[in-house]
This record gives sequence, structure tokens and C-alpha cells, in this order.
Amino acid sequence: MIGRIVILGRRGCEVLEALGRAGQFLAQSAVGVPSREGWYLWLRQVHFVGVLSLAIVLVSGLFIGMVLALQGYTLLVDFGAEQALGQMVALSLLRELSPVVAALLFAGRAGSALTAEIGLMKATEQLTSMEMIGVDPLRRIVAPRLWAGFVALPVLTIGFSVVGIYGGYLVGVEWLGVFEGSYWSNMQSSVDFIGDVGNGMVKSLVFALVVTWIAVFQGYDLVPTSEGISRATTRTVVYSSLAVLGLDFVLTALMFGGFS
Amino acid sequence: MKRSKTMELGVGLFMLAGILGLLFLGMRVSGMAFTTPDDTFRLEANFANIGSLKPRARVTMAGVTVGRVTAIELDTDWYDARVVLELNGELEGELSRDTTAAILTAGLLGEQYIGLTVGGDPDTLADGDTIRDTQSAMVLEELIQQFVSNMVSD
Repeated sequence: MIGRIVILGRRGCEVLEALGRAGQFLAQSAVGVPSREGWYLWLRQVHFVGVLSLAIVLVSGLFIGMVLALQGYTLLVDFGAEQALGQMVALSLLRELSPVVAALLFAGRAGSALTAEIGLMKATEQLTSMEMIGVDPLRRIVAPRLWAGFVALPVLTIGFSVVGIYGGYLVGVEWLGVFEGSYWSNMQSSVDFIGDVGNGMVKSLVFALVVTWIAVFQGYDLVPTSEGISRATTRTVVYSSLAVLGLDFVLTALMFGGFS
Repeated sequence: MKRSKTMELGVGLFMLAGILGLLFLGMRVSGMAFTTPDDTFRLEANFANIGSLKPRARVTMAGVTVGRVTAIELDTDWYDARVVLELNGELEGELSRDTTAAILTAGLLGEQYIGLTVGGDPDTLADGDTIRDTQSAMVLEELIQQFVSNMVSD
């Protein structure tokens, strides 16, 4: 019985230690002030996690917008309120779907790659060699990736919303025959730039930080074996998805739950 | 480090696309206009019942939006609702003193808004004045009650 409690206590301490390491890691790498060279490293990472993720994010956005319009139309037409389709599509995309789905796709597309890359660097002792020649791997490897994710995901989220709203337009207006004027004007009268677009962006920034942080930390902190890399990559996707969905609920409750 | 122009161009375009997307969300989706609507004036109106009127609701005149509701509060002198309206500055000094305000509903289930109708008084309303002649919101329960009591008395 005592042994069980000891094991429980040890697990608790391990979790706390890992959290502490992750926090320290974030603080140390986030202050990596970009030099000329560092700026270029950052640019390369934005290209990898941002530009190359555009295709999957935009295509998903288009389909999600189209499905929203289709589902919304069948529901709204029963109440004779299909004019409110634009409002429904825009609000659900801006407030919830764009930040969350873009972050989930980002975790799968870019986060797992970051973990595997940094993990392999650690397993082949490239990180240790860098320290040997006096280059700080946190600054050289981790900081550019962290900042790249922090910038790229909000941009991807904006793209997701824009394409999704256009997809809703394609299905709602072009196919199902909702009047074009009411699609846009209902949207414009109900969407508030600060309250809806702004809060969506805040969500997206939080998710960007969390997803990239989890990805680079899992890569940096893994057991340097091939099994360790595969475990860490899986953990990145699982933890980021759970963190995104959980945080989304908290943020939604704070932003739209009426506690103000 | 090897520098590739196409990659830099790609990132640049990516950022540009983000900014353009944000502009689209601002202008087309949330209907933001860059004209500062600072030129406004305030009127107050007391209603016996505001129904489900909310702050930011439209204020219209002949169907044209001319302002919005900025605040709704309980007036403890009369125990009715005091609604503060913010109207376009160009209407200041143009509305006659006997202008009426009514709470109307857009469609059957739509949002409620305020409709103003001008009267014929030569005096005009200035900033901070109160509209005297108001018409409360139509509350469905009251209508049904009236209808039922009329049916019974017939």
C-alpha cells in the first residue's frame, strides 16, 4: 500500500519536473533574439510549416465551408431563415472551426515533423555537437521553429476562414440559390471585427504557441532511440490535439460565455 | 547558408496572403468601413416594455438605418426602460420634437429594432433630449391574452 503511494508520488513529481523543464525550455528558446542569420533560419521554418501547409489547410477550409453551408441550409430552410446562412457560416468558422481545425491540421502536418526532426538531431547527437562547438541549440534550432509556428498558424487560420466563407458562398449562393445580397449583408451585420475575427485570432495565437511548444519540446526531450522518436511524434499529435480542444473550450467560455 | 530566392518569395507571398485575408475578413465579412462615425448625437426614449431589444440594435427611419442603440437601463423614477440612441450627426436639429419611436420586429422571428417617425412640430430635438411619444414592443403573450379574452367576451 505504501509502495503504491510512493509510486503515485514519484509519477506526480515526474509530471511536475517535465512541466518545469518545458517551461524553462520555452523561456530560454523564446528569448532567442533573431540575428541576421537567425532571421534567415526563421524564414526557412516559416516556409516549411507555413507555406507548405497552405495546400492542406486551404482545401480543408473549402470543404468545411461547403459542408457547413449545405448542413446549415437544410436546417435553416425549415424555418424559412435560409437568408441567415452567411451569418451562420461566417460565425461558426471565425469563432470556432478555423482556429481549431487549422491548429489540428497544423499539429498533424507540421508539429509531428518538427518533433521527428529535432528528435533525430538529438538521437544522432547533432545537438550535443552544436553545444561542443559553442552554438546554443535552443537558439539555433528551437527558437526559429517556435517563432515560425507562432507566426504561421494565425496566417493559416485567416486563409482557412476566407476560403471557408467562399466555400459556403459557392454552395449556398451558387448552388442552393440563397440570395447573394442577403448572404453577405446578414454576415456583415452580425460579424463584429474585434469580437469575432479578433477573438478567433487570439485563439489561433494561443493554439500556435501551444502546438509548436509541445512539438519542439517533445522532440528536444525524447529518449534518443528510434522507438523514442516514434513515441514522441505520436505524443506530439495526441497532446497537441487534446490541448487545442481543451483550451478551445476554456477560451470560448472566457470570450463568449458572458463572464465579463 | 544557401539562400533561395523562391523560398523567400514564397514566405513573402504567404505573409501578404495573410494580410489580404485579414483585410477581406475586416471589410467584406464584418462590414467594417473606414469612415469614422464620430459625428453622432444622443437621444433618450422611455418605453414601457422593450421586449427583447438589445444594445447595438438598429435605429431606422423609413427603413433606413440612421443609428443604433447604445444603452438600455431601468429608469427607477417611472420603472420603465430608458433606451439611449446614438443617431447620425446630420439628423441633429432636423427631427421634430414630436418624433415617435416604436420598437419593431424584423420578420416573424427576427431581431427587434427601433423605428423613428417624424412629426410636424417646428421645434426640433437636440443632443440629450428625450423622445416623449413611444410605442412599446409587441409581446406575443400579451397579444394572445388579448385575443383570448376578446374571444371569451364575444
